[in-house]
Amino acid sequence: MIELTDTNSSAIAAAFVHGRTQAGSPAMGMVMTLVIVVDEDVADDAMEAARAASQEHPARVLGVIVGDGRGAAHVNAQVGIGSGWIGETALIRLSGQVVKHADSVVLPLLLPDSPVAVWWPSNPPADPAADPLGALATRRITDAAAASSGKTLAIYSQCESYAPGNTDLAWTRITAWRALLAASLDQHPLKVRRASITSERISPSADLLGAWLSDRLKVPVDRANSSGPGITEVVLETKEGPIRITRTDGKLATFSSPGRPDRPIALKRRDLPELLAEELRRLDEDNVYAATARRLVALGKKK
Amino acid sequence: MTNMSAAHSTNPLRDPQDRRLPQIAGPCGLVLFGVTGDLARKKVMPAIYDLANRGLLPPGFSLVGFARRDWANEDFAKVVHDSVRENSRTEFREEVWKQLAEGFRFVPGDFSDDVAFDKLRQTIEELDTTRGTGGNHAFYLAIPPSFFGDVVGQLKEHGLSEGPGDAWRRVVIEKPFGHDLESARELNKVLSDVFPSESVFRIDHYLGKETVQNILAMRFANAMFEPLWNSNYVDHVQITMAEDIGIGSRAGYYDGIGSARDVIQNHLMQLMALVAMEEPTSFDAASLRLEKQKVLSSVVLPKRLDLTTARGQYAAGWAGGEEVVGYLDEQDIPPTSTTDTFAAVKLNIETRRWAGVPFYLRTGKRLGRRVTEVAVVFKRAPHLPFSSTQTEELTENALVIRIQPDEGMTIRFGSKVPGTAMEIRDVNMDFAYGGTFTEVSPEAYERLILDVLLGDPPLFPQHEEVELSWQILDPVLAHWAKKGKPEQYEPGAWGPDSAHAMLARDGRTWRRP
Repeated sequence: MIELTDTNSSAIAAAFVHGRTQAGSPAMGMVMTLVIVVDEDVADDAMEAARAASQEHPARVLGVIVGDGRGAAHVNAQVGIGSGWIGETALIRLSGQVVKHADSVVLPLLLPDSPVAVWWPSNPPADPAADPLGALATRRITDAAAASSGKTLAIYSQCESYAPGNTDLAWTRITAWRALLAASLDQHPLKVRRASITSERISPSADLLGAWLSDRLKVPVDRANSSGPGITEVVLETKEGPIRITRTDGKLATFSSPGRPDRPIALKRRDLPELLAEELRRLDEDNVYAATARRLVALGKKK
Repeated sequence: MTNMSAAHSTNPLRDPQDRRLPQIAGPCGLVLFGVTGDLARKKVMPAIYDLANRGLLPPGFSLVGFARRDWANEDFAKVVHDSVRENSRTEFREEVWKQLAEGFRFVPGDFSDDVAFDKLRQTIEELDTTRGTGGNHAFYLAIPPSFFGDVVGQLKEHGLSEGPGDAWRRVVIEKPFGHDLESARELNKVLSDVFPSESVFRIDHYLGKETVQNILAMRFANAMFEPLWNSNYVDHVQITMAEDIGIGSRAGYYDGIGSARDVIQNHLMQLMALVAMEEPTSFDAASLRLEKQKVLSSVVLPKRLDLTTARGQYAAGWAGGEEVVGYLDEQDIPPTSTTDTFAAVKLNIETRRWAGVPFYLRTGKRLGRRVTEVAVVFKRAPHLPFSSTQTEELTENALVIRIQPDEGMTIRFGSKVPGTAMEIRDVNMDFAYGGTFTEVSPEAYERLILDVLLGDPPLFPQHEEVELSWQILDPVLAHWAKKGKPEQYEPGAWGPDSAHAMLARDGRTWRRP
């Protein structure tokens, strides 16, 4: 770990090269730059998740901690290579006037040619694509479920400000549910008349799942509350009876469908590194998420 | 390389743009013959668990074991549990296990036992009602090929080879696909009497490897390799599959078969076909197969097989710091055995693209290290504006595709040595799969078993390819059969002297992989 105080981008870049040479391999096998915009108190968790995700996507990870904007500008950085990281990492702390110009610190540190992703583990900007750091990236990842205030509306505001390249981890969390629901209709090619979702009271994932079902199936989707964890039941009503997936423990679901016996199926809630790894697998626009976000906004307006 | 069934296209929750959603196999089950064998325990069962863990198996997926053991369903579940615990790639999760374990059944019996096959039919029908497998079943024959005939005959006789309505039945077999052209044809006849050829899935696990599939991506998705990929620039191609171990306890399988039949006929010929083939019009099974067949049918053996092939048997000695016995001293190997444990052949592909570019294929046991790679060695630059002393350390440029281990690609080219003098030396540029896409790449068996269940055939060779490969190899095997004993070679090195002499005659050398 190289500690730099009152430094600048070129010194950080030089530290990267130095660190790589020290590690014995000056060649770069990294596939992207991941910028994490994070508060001091969750920085450790976020960097840990990025470290785990870097197993699958070797990246230059730039953690940017935006501090107090008052006073003289300070840029401090810890630059590290190796020790559990597949790529390389810098944790950059900004304070003073430079917090308004975080992009000026990050821009020179982006890897040539390869894609840039930015991730806000807790409080995302209202319009990520218009954010100066967000504008540097082709992929912008938010997490409405981790918003510290205005939780119920966080996902709506993210969907309203949708721009190509945006996704929310609330969407990533329902991939397994969506896969299972799609598979259930492969097995029962029936017309769905109505759908319902039961979940925790505040669940951006359930909101998105409802919007997705409504968008794809063109049917009304009811919502009910439970004590969780997360989404606990999804029902698709068909003329032959309901297709029902119930999961009360966040791990093992029961799959019931018309004319078939109930079957257990693993449906585990995934943790942050797995979610992040899935997000980083696709670096282009997610069109299905775009359509779902549009539908969620339209449904919200109707109410 | 996907095959969307009719159900998928009408499913409103499916969208081709939705690339997050994995392709989950439709309702189905797998019947595994030979559950006690190494293949079943080390590869097939763990791969099934890994698929379930990745959420790629349908709810209700069922696994039926068939063997001559006095087991109940629970005993079978225990065997699967142990094999998964020991050999699965992904972590063991209780809820995944629970999902799978409910679908385990065991049918005890012999391959000639009519009662057992009746019981098998009842079991499958029971699963269709209680588990919703929908009549779709794949029969995985993890058994010696001599029993294939008995088993598929029984399947037919007991009405198991055809499902009800439009349900599918598939059969999965592993190499060896015969031991020469004639026996391969016989085997194919046995299978095709019962199953149509599109329902027979021949597993060549090499083709399930990401690096092998990447040969196609590398060649046909890029602009910078294909222009060089011909006799104008390529001097020759070397394809090597080396193992550092001996035959271990596989004497019964290996003796009489040997390395050429075991490896060259299938893995290396398939690799050669992928490296040498023309661009397919699309990546569907039929187009790929067509191009591979074209290459295989344009292969011509050199006239003097004594000068262009080599074979050997590993002798006793030291390998990797351990004292090892020779092949003839291995357990259950007759001292008169003429089985080859090393084989090398030179093949010519008579097409405009490859005229004059030999393909050297070699494989062996107890060699320097475990490695599989394809090396495309380029011609030297036609003119060097440097003196010979300046380029003394410059050899040919090469592009090496490393199949296993340490999957990736290396490009070797010349570069100036820093300093005031102009001196040029070979350097390597490396792309490591493990460094760029770590951990996502699934085991070859996972990919292939899922493809069987999805009915997606591009990665499975058909009998035409198998027969063409035998057609190439048969004359070599016949030539060797007349020559008596193979040459003994030192263990832990790179094969017999005749193999080195064979390349030296052409003014070339084997790379040290």
